[in-house]
Amino acid sequence: MGVRFSKPAEMQAHEMPTWVAACVAEDVDKEDVIGFSHEDRDFAIYRTAEGEFFATDGHCTHERTLLCDGLVMGHVIECPKHNGRFDIRTGKAIRTPALTDLQTFPTKVEDGTVFVFV
Amino acid sequence: MTAVMGRERLKCYSLTGEQGERAVSLGLAGGSEWFRSDIERKRMKELMRRSDFPAVRDTLLWFGLMGAFAAAGIVLWRSWLALVCFAIYGVLYGSGCDSRWHECGHGTAFKNTWLNDRVYAIASFMDMRDPTVWRWSHTRHHTDTLIVGRDREIAVMRPARLARILLNFFGLVEFPHALWEMLCHASGHLTPEERTFVPPDEQSRVFRTARVWCGIYCLTIAAIVITHSVVPFLIVGGPRIYGVYLLQIYGLTQHAGMGENVLDHRLNTRTVYMNCVHRFIYSNMNYHIEHHMFPMVPYHRLADLHEEVKRDMPEAYPSLWAAYKEIIPAVLRQLKDQTYYVRRELPPGAAPYRVPPDGRALLETR
Repeated sequence: MGVRFSKPAEMQAHEMPTWVAACVAEDVDKEDVIGFSHEDRDFAIYRTAEGEFFATDGHCTHERTLLCDGLVMGHVIECPKHNGRFDIRTGKAIRTPALTDLQTFPTKVEDGTVFVFV
Repeated sequence: MTAVMGRERLKCYSLTGEQGERAVSLGLAGGSEWFRSDIERKRMKELMRRSDFPAVRDTLLWFGLMGAFAAAGIVLWRSWLALVCFAIYGVLYGSGCDSRWHECGHGTAFKNTWLNDRVYAIASFMDMRDPTVWRWSHTRHHTDTLIVGRDREIAVMRPARLARILLNFFGLVEFPHALWEMLCHASGHLTPEERTFVPPDEQSRVFRTARVWCGIYCLTIAAIVITHSVVPFLIVGGPRIYGVYLLQIYGLTQHAGMGENVLDHRLNTRTVYMNCVHRFIYSNMNYHIEHHMFPMVPYHRLADLHEEVKRDMPEAYPSLWAAYKEIIPAVLRQLKDQTYYVRRELPPGAAPYRVPPDGRALLETR
């Protein structure tokens, strides 16, 4: 399930992105989020009520709170600390105190496994 | 290393002083290490889930009661019964607005964002707190709760400014200060402290709001002059003087006498059991440890959250009276000994307190 993609800056400099197995699809409830770590970096994997998967950076852009503890409401993730909100499809910050957009990553599901392009 | 003590220590609380920078460099600021009780994810989602019904019901009741008592006060004006009516109206306005401002500021009161933001705007006006400045201020309060030099909302410092605290039971410091801030904002300026936490892009909104509020207060003054009556002031603005005492009584229980520069809300915050009237006026903020630990749980689920986490909590205070029996001696002791703070026993099996083991809690030494 692909979405807008922008490469992490450090990746642009050091390595080519690749598909990484993040979790089993059934690990993520509908309208929920789980955390996933890869090479010392945290990601958030979302599943919408319609069953689509999305992936973003794992931390709120406001104060680096882990978003996997937050609440998914439709296509919005709410930071569990300060109510900052982002559109999980685009990473767009839609409520203060979040002012900077989240980085998003393409996802795909193969044989029940969710892959993230990181 | 010399500890800064006495009145000199009050300078440590400035957001523009060196203590804030030291807190950042020592890893006390930023909010990433705070203790949280373990709660199953499924249960946590249930607790965080939003609903409009409780807040719509409580807001209608709140506005309805204010309207009824204000109307009764006007009708019964010049009778002693008007005093009773305005006493109740004043508390609903002057004290009740603060918890509505607070809940809607967290974005948790209503599911509907539009409703949430409209009630936030109204409650902010009633509370005389600029909605933008105070949203950012309160964000900082939750990130760096009682971190000296970072948290602007420390109501009782060490040593306590007792005269200021007592005067604020009648808004005698906060009311003129809020008026001054409003005029400052209306003229296009933020205070130096506000500039440390309000992003530049948000500042024009502060100035615009202050100008609208100035207009409303000018209309109130005009109504006083035209009617030759103090009633317009009793209805708009005045309750922040004569109805604010209950908010002070509630608010001081939150953190007064508790630990500074600790990374565990059980050490710097209180949970106090209150009756249903207090909980209505205060929007359940008596469950204050729970609120700080999980700020995105709506006020109407805090009692349920309390049940989930109380295994890790010091015993809740059974009443306001019980809380004040601890607060008053603690604050008086801190007048002489600024290293003292209340540290309560945890129940058997509770997760231990998270205290920086490296002396960071002694931040005020230099």
